[in-house]
This record gives sequence, structure tokens and C-alpha cells, in this order.
Amino acid sequence: MRNPHRTQNIAFFFLLVTTLLIVVPVGLIVVIIIQKGLPAINWQFLSDVPRQGMRAGGIFPAIIGTVYLVSGAIIFALPIGLLAAIYLSEYSKDNPLNRIIKLAIVNLAGVPSVVYGLFGLALFVIFFKFGASILSGSLTLGIMILPIIITTSREALESVPQSFREVSLSLGASKWQTIRHIVLPNAVPGILTGTILGLGRAAGETAPILFTVAAFYLPQLPKSIFDQAMALPYHLYVISTQVPNVDEKIRYGTAFVLLALVLFMNLIAIIIRTKFRKKKKW
Amino acid sequence: MRKFKEFVIEKLILICGIASIFFVILIFLFLLKEGLSVFGTVSPFNFLFGKSWYPISEPPQLGILPLILGSLLVTLGAAIISIPIGVGCAVYIAEVAPGRIKEILKSGIELLAAIPSVVLGFIGMVTLVPLVKNIFHLPTGLTALSGSIMLAFMAMPTIVSIAEDALYSVPKTYKEGALALGATHWQTIWRVILPAASSGILAAIMLGIGRVIGETMAVMMITGNAAVMPNSILAPVRTLTATIAAEMGEAVVGSEHYFALFAVGIVLFVISFIVNVTADLFLHKKQ
Repeated sequence: MRNPHRTQNIAFFFLLVTTLLIVVPVGLIVVIIIQKGLPAINWQFLSDVPRQGMRAGGIFPAIIGTVYLVSGAIIFALPIGLLAAIYLSEYSKDNPLNRIIKLAIVNLAGVPSVVYGLFGLALFVIFFKFGASILSGSLTLGIMILPIIITTSREALESVPQSFREVSLSLGASKWQTIRHIVLPNAVPGILTGTILGLGRAAGETAPILFTVAAFYLPQLPKSIFDQAMALPYHLYVISTQVPNVDEKIRYGTAFVLLALVLFMNLIAIIIRTKFRKKKKW
Repeated sequence: MRKFKEFVIEKLILICGIASIFFVILIFLFLLKEGLSVFGTVSPFNFLFGKSWYPISEPPQLGILPLILGSLLVTLGAAIISIPIGVGCAVYIAEVAPGRIKEILKSGIELLAAIPSVVLGFIGMVTLVPLVKNIFHLPTGLTALSGSIMLAFMAMPTIVSIAEDALYSVPKTYKEGALALGATHWQTIWRVILPAASSGILAAIMLGIGRVIGETMAVMMITGNAAVMPNSILAPVRTLTATIAAEMGEAVVGSEHYFALFAVGIVLFVISFIVNVTADLFLHKKQ
């Protein structure tokens, strides 16, 4: 007869192996990028424009472009996402409409990023005639991160205990007053977490901005929201595949800056979440 | 006056609540608006099953079968790699790993999910592609296999986190019952917990695969982009997503090529819609 404890040891060993098969490569990726990218980083790399057909100089316009795009996306997505989350958590009842909204959010989260790019091209660039511009790119990214903001904000709102609402209502506050003064303030850390995660996602995406905003090479900074702009992820794509003979240092340096930016935002989100969990008074 | 203000705010909340539905419909409508025109030149059947994709020849040949097969091949490879590893890792995190290690592993998975696909594509180009080239002695390492391996890593975070949720939501009493009857921990996992969580795990796998089919940048950078009928996993292929991303920049607005790329977008949208709705049904069944 087989020894069940031996079987268990073998099974657990294989489970450990599968886990290592994910964790080790992830660690390696981060280590390689830090090791080869960090030496490329200096003040000139961060503050200069690309020179000699992007084979020298810095990545300043790409950093600024990404900052503009991400800010625009969040200005658009945060109000809509937050109000949608309030609707789902405070107003909606368990009915078919609620079900359809949830399904729509799931679908919005699942639409391939390049399809967002097509949509942004058709609606903002061509139909609304915004052209390839920061405005078109921001709106496209904004719709893309909407599901993240709605889902995390909704969780934050729903985690506020029901008794808080009941006390407020019993003191004569209206429903909106209760939401505005009791529910929202208690959900701020969760909403902030979702917003930062959305920012990180928007900063890293390439496909949605390919046809809606991204400029191949634009040494001057954008002057208005109707200008094209460079962006970090697109710049990394361009210098790794489209431009031959780019110094490896520049490629790794750009990858490092992009990865550092995205991981930094995720780190902040995680810190806020843990602090909030510890401070929770209910 | 206050009543009026609240009325306005509550209507605004309702409008934003249904905004998601509005956006999904809007995306679909605009894809249809631009994409359906292609069926004036090529029949839907020839579009889906035509074997040559030469969009800028005269007359253009717009058959996307090579692209569909390219996507399928890369996705299949990624699924074979990511499903056992992803589910195994989820079981390890949910059942085996001790408390502190569990938290570290979960952060590691979150980290992987956060890495932008263009960075993964870049890393794949400089590490994986030369490796595949040398191991199999190929003229180029830009192959479907490289794409599959890279995409597997993009599917794993989705599979692990959703499968792990499914494992957690199995009632504790099931586990306690099995252990009380003398089953080992592994027997409990294999015979009781996994079957009870099966619909959630299935949903996790579907969503992971959905992510793979829709992935664009990494796949465009490392699969070699040859829009021909794929005949081997060690040959370059081109996926549906990469075709749009690579060609839309050059397509003239209003040309057959432009319409055809939007029609490819419709195909992708429909695939992701089916995958997400089915996965949602599985997740819902569980409750």
C-alpha cells in the first residue's frame, strides 16, 4: 500500500516547485533590470531630450508625456468611477440592472488593450476630431482604468460597517449626507489605493496610446492637451524594436525608469492598504 | 433647495453607475461602425477563413486565418505552461505556505501583475529570445514558443489570484470534516478542496487565457510577426492583437486595410466578451 504521507510530501514538493517557477523568474526580471538599468540613470538621462535619433541624450519628454497622460486619465476616471462605486455600494438593489452593470465592468476590464486603442482612434481621434493628442490618449486610458477604480472603491465603501450608516440616518441625516460625511471619509484609504493602482496601470500601458497620442520622436515638450506627446512605454517599445543600434544602456535605463515608476505606485498602494488595516477601528 | 441638490446628485450617481454599460456598448458600436465596411469587399467567410493576409497588395487579400491560428497557437502554448504552474502555485499559497511566506508570495504575484507588458516584452527580447535560438539552433529566436513562455507569465497572476480566492472560499468545515476522518492534508486538498473550488478555478483559467489572447505588446515584440500560416511552434507567427498594433499606424484612414483592422478588433472584442461572460457565470454558480 502507498504511504499517504509520502504522497503528501511529493505533492507538496511539486507545489513548491510550481511556486518557485513563478517567483524566481519574476525576481530575476527585476534584478536584471535594476542591475543593468541603474548605472544608466543620471541627472542628464532624466532631464535631457533624446538626441542623435534617440541613440543618446535622455528621456525627459517621455517622462513628462506619461505624467500628463496619467493625470488626464485619472481626472476623467476618478469622478465617474467613484460615483459608479457609490451607486453600486449604496443605491443599487439586487436586481437585473445591478447584474448587468457588474457584467459590464467585468467586460470592460477584459477588453484587450489594443482594442481600447482602436476605440480611442475611432471615437476621440477621428469622430470627435481631437486628433492624436494628449486629450484622446488620456480619455482612452481613463476608460481603460475605470473598472479598476470602480471595483476597488466599491470594496472600500462596502467595508464601512452598516451600523455607521444606521446611526447617521437615525440622527436625521439624509442618505446623501450620510454618504458624504460618514461613508466616504471612512473609505478614503481604499479609494486612494484603487486610484494609485489605476495610475500605475495607465502609466505602463502601450497599446491604447499607440494610435491616440504617442509620438515616435518629439524633442520639445507638449504645449497643450491637443498636442502629441512621447510616453515612456511607447518610447521603450520604439528604442527596443524600431530603432537599430541603440546603446543597451539606454534601453535598460528606460525600462528601469518605467518599471520603477509603476512599482513605486504599487508600493505606495500596498503601504496605504496595510496602514489602513492596522488602524481600522471596527 | 437641499432636496433639489440631493436629487441632482443622486441622478448623477445613477448615470455614472450605468456608465460602464454605456462604455461597453460604445466600444462595440464604434468597432462595428468602422469594421463592418470591410465586408463590402470580402465576405465574412473569406475574411475569417481566408489563408492570405496581404492587406496592402493590389487588390488587398484580407484573410485572417493565419492571424487567428497564430493567436491560437501562442495561446495554447501559454495555457499548457501557465495552467499547471498557476493552479499549483495557488494551492501552495492557499493551503501549504506558512503565514509570513504566504504574504511574501502574494506580493511577488502582485509584482508580476504590475510589470508593464512592454517591459516584459523587452526582457523577453534580451533574455528569452537568444536562449530559444541557441537551444533549438534556429535562425531566429522570435518564435511562437518564445511568445507562449512570455505570455504564460502574464496569465499566471490572474490564474493564481482568482484560483486562490476560490480555494479560500471553500467552507472551513469541509476541510475539518476530511481531516477529522483521518485524511492527510494532501488527500483533503486533492479529494475535497480542489473539487469544491473547481468552478472558481475554471473561471480563473478562462480569465487567464482571456488575458493572453488580448495581450499585445509583449507578443508583438517577441513572436517575430510573420503573417503566414503557422506550421511549427518554433517558427515566427503573428497574432490578431499584434497585427492591429503593428499595422494601424500605417493604414490610411478609410482604406480597406483600415476597415479590416477594425474587423479584427471586432473578432477580439467578441472573443473577450464570450470568455468574460462565461467565466463570470462560473464564478456566479459557486455562490
